[in-house]
Amino acid sequence: MSYDSFVIQFLNGLAGASSLFMVAAGLSLIFGVTRIINFAHGSLYMLGMYIAVACAGKIGFWWAVPVAALAVAAVGALVEMLLLRRIYAAPELLQLLATFALVLVAKDYALWQWGSEDILGPRAPGLAGAVAIGKAAFPEYDLFLIGFGPLMLLALWLVLTRTRWGTLVRAATQDREMAAALGVNQKWLFTGVFALGAFLAGLGGALQIPREPATLLIDLSVVSDAFVVVVVGGLGSIGGAFVAALLIAQIKSFCIGLGFSQVTLVAEFIVMALVLVLRPWGLLGRVPAQARGPWTAERPLVPPSRPALAALGAVAATLLALPLVSGGYTLVLLTEILLFALFAVSLHFIMGPAGLHSFGHAAYFGLGAYAAGIFLLREKLPMELALALAPLVAGLGALVFGWFCVRLSGIYLAMLTLAFAQIAWSVVFQWDALTGGSNGIVGVWPAPWLASKTAYYLLTLVVCAAAIAFLWRALYSPFGYALRAARDSPLRADAIGMDTRRLQWAGFALAGLFAGIAGALYAFSKGSISPETMAVTRSVDGLVMVLLGGIQTLTGPLWGAALFTWLQDTVARNVDYWRAVIGAVILFLVLAFPQGVTGFVGERLRARDA
Amino acid sequence: MKISRVFAIAAATFFSLGAQAQAIKVGELNSYKLFPAFLEPYKKGWELALEEINKAGGVAGRKIEVISREDGGNPGDAVRAAEELISRENVSLLMGTFASHIGLAVSNLANQRKVVFIAAEPLTDKIVWENGNRYTFRVRPSTYMQVAMLVPDAAKLKKQRWAIVYPNYEYGQSATASFKKLLAKAQPGVQFVAEQAPALNKIEAGAVVQALADAKPDAIFSSLFGADLQKFVREGNTRGLFKNRVVFNLLGGEPEYLDPLKEETPNGWYVTGYPWSEIKTPAHQKFLAAYQAKWKDYPRLGSIVGYSTMYTVANMLKRAGGTDTEKMIAAMKGMEMDTPIGPIVWRPIDNQSTMGAYVGQLANKNGKGVMVNWRFADGALFLPSFEEVRAMRKD
Repeated sequence: MSYDSFVIQFLNGLAGASSLFMVAAGLSLIFGVTRIINFAHGSLYMLGMYIAVACAGKIGFWWAVPVAALAVAAVGALVEMLLLRRIYAAPELLQLLATFALVLVAKDYALWQWGSEDILGPRAPGLAGAVAIGKAAFPEYDLFLIGFGPLMLLALWLVLTRTRWGTLVRAATQDREMAAALGVNQKWLFTGVFALGAFLAGLGGALQIPREPATLLIDLSVVSDAFVVVVVGGLGSIGGAFVAALLIAQIKSFCIGLGFSQVTLVAEFIVMALVLVLRPWGLLGRVPAQARGPWTAERPLVPPSRPALAALGAVAATLLALPLVSGGYTLVLLTEILLFALFAVSLHFIMGPAGLHSFGHAAYFGLGAYAAGIFLLREKLPMELALALAPLVAGLGALVFGWFCVRLSGIYLAMLTLAFAQIAWSVVFQWDALTGGSNGIVGVWPAPWLASKTAYYLLTLVVCAAAIAFLWRALYSPFGYALRAARDSPLRADAIGMDTRRLQWAGFALAGLFAGIAGALYAFSKGSISPETMAVTRSVDGLVMVLLGGIQTLTGPLWGAALFTWLQDTVARNVDYWRAVIGAVILFLVLAFPQGVTGFVGERLRARDA
Repeated sequence: MKISRVFAIAAATFFSLGAQAQAIKVGELNSYKLFPAFLEPYKKGWELALEEINKAGGVAGRKIEVISREDGGNPGDAVRAAEELISRENVSLLMGTFASHIGLAVSNLANQRKVVFIAAEPLTDKIVWENGNRYTFRVRPSTYMQVAMLVPDAAKLKKQRWAIVYPNYEYGQSATASFKKLLAKAQPGVQFVAEQAPALNKIEAGAVVQALADAKPDAIFSSLFGADLQKFVREGNTRGLFKNRVVFNLLGGEPEYLDPLKEETPNGWYVTGYPWSEIKTPAHQKFLAAYQAKWKDYPRLGSIVGYSTMYTVANMLKRAGGTDTEKMIAAMKGMEMDTPIGPIVWRPIDNQSTMGAYVGQLANKNGKGVMVNWRFADGALFLPSFEEVRAMRKD
């Protein structure tokens, strides 16, 4: 690498950092004040791109940028006022479900409004060319971006430190309840912050159009990058976001410059994992203030009553008898629902009662699936043995990753689980010889005696029912109660001699093991596995199932999984804009039943009994 | 209800009452939401063909009814969609899919369930070779074939130093491997001086362009497409990477990927693609007129693939005289048929069609990308020999 190219790669990194910073800063602000993990931030960015591209033809690029940013800010304000404001009191993470639904709706809206073809925007008038740096050429527009990022940082810093509104934002970031107690009108503060965050996302998107086309795929890739930047920098820290954006953009740039381009697949997640392990609150983040208020101590999970148990037994018996009257596709769909139910229940086991929010649970599902495939086809083990051994690999993975994860809590823990899941995914994606790379492994079929749909359905039913029953039973064992104690009152639990960390570690590994069972069953039901089996979207699906059903209920995840899987299957078959429909259904459920569908039913039942 | 289905039912009722009961059901699945730019034209293609086939009386007096499904864009959901088509809709065969891993997963299911599967779009070589099975047939020329079509031009130029850029997944990896192997054979002593493998849809174009320039290559071979290609082209143009360098870009001339480039279209790149406005063969003229009349839009390569896949199904059913799976497989062996871009033969050895592709160079004409100096490359000439295929296939 010559001196010239070193300089150019450094400048490339700076330009990349500016773009990353703007979208991450908005995300960080929103999270800091409202505690909302805004999944739809990438969608706001995408909207910014599309609006800018659409306007640029009429009013010119330089006018299109502020127009797009303001339009996206207005969208953000509307979303906050019409949707999020109604669910701040709901159990935590429910807002995440709402923003996930927005992602689905926004994507289909963009497809409907602007069509399917990628749209490459115009070059920026006045900055279309390149300047010579040494022997190389560097785009003028990138130089502009390099300057613009720090300018935005300065502007944000001034707003946050030199205005009254900024002081309120910082106060709310540090201690929301105290700010409220002192008479700060939270409603408008939240709307304002959300609009500003959306403005930054829209601006980031609009400024990107001279560099890359507006596409429908940009939303999720942007939001995951932005999350990483925010977490690496330290939540709520704008300066931290800038430093982190710089760090990650430079690492990517030099990975490419030095010829390790494959590493860009996962570089940011390795950085995030390292930072979280070594400096749990990010590079410039502060130890978060202890959250106070009603959501710290959840209502204890009531053991299911006798009638409830009888009802569950009846459901199981019906499912067992089902092959007598029904066959074919019903069994295929039920097989899938059952194993996703186990996946969701295993996720709920650590998310709900243990309070460890995992955003990377699919890693263990995927490890189970891949282990099953590899045992069967590479090691030539009998299918039954492969199925039995595969979950152990997932459990082992959870044991290793969990050791690091349980040292953190809250959103940091969630992001570390995500980082590990992405690292595991990229290993699977890249390790062609063992995992078949992006194509995956094909030919993972069950043994002949299990090959029929009925036999495989019955196997899945028996295994999943037993596993779910075991996990539920464990919640009411001393171990389960100890997990809940560690969640609700870690200090007191520690004081009476519980090793909370070890408890959580065991819980994490157990949940991973059971996700692995679901994964292994999944592999044999499909006959093939590919990296999507453990991609972040699968983790998100798991979250959606748990939240949809109700995180503070026992059986909720089961119904959530059934509802979500069935919904996807049915809606995708019958509606063209199926993503938007699913998004709309989720939004409706979130607004109507903020405690989850099962939570709602449970409350009604209790109200009737009282 | 899907449009295709409404149409099929309406057509069936219109042409002969009661024919619907006997219609031959064909299951179709694809990632319409994930790759709409390619798959919307594809769908228009097969819908046009279906209309023509049924208007002409269908197959042996029976209409064809296509039941089309979204495959969710991942193999797991695609397998479920296929299962639904097989066991609930009782389709006689499957067709469709786009991404390689989804194509492979559905092909694997077809093998297990003993159902014929006509893979339309997947480019992976594995679907007919390493992982090939007797139930799976593939329409499009594969990655290997399209690379092989470009190699003669590449070898002719006698460039010493080659740099390669490809999206980091199986398509890009195998395009790169095939290119290196074939070019090294055609031009001994050729050097490959740099390789860049950005993640799909996530290219850091500025950094990649600089890294390629650092290696001082004489020529570049790229298999980028879609948003990655657009970013790469713009950065490369701005930074002067393509000045005095020969560039080859697999698929770069397909309207799906070429049209968005507009005024950025680089001159002189060697590509495979589809110069739809310039093909004057009678078969293509007829297709073009019908397509434009029905859809008020011009065809993309996807339209050709969809159209040809549907006709493959109809011809196969005709030849098999019904929907018996074994008879359908037998009918496909060596079947000859016409497509808008020329006649094809279904190779008995590996179930690959000999569909070709157009090879030519890009040109920027009034802010629009077009293909010039193009010629048609017959797929039959760019397939490995039977011995080589036999060594690769396991069945």
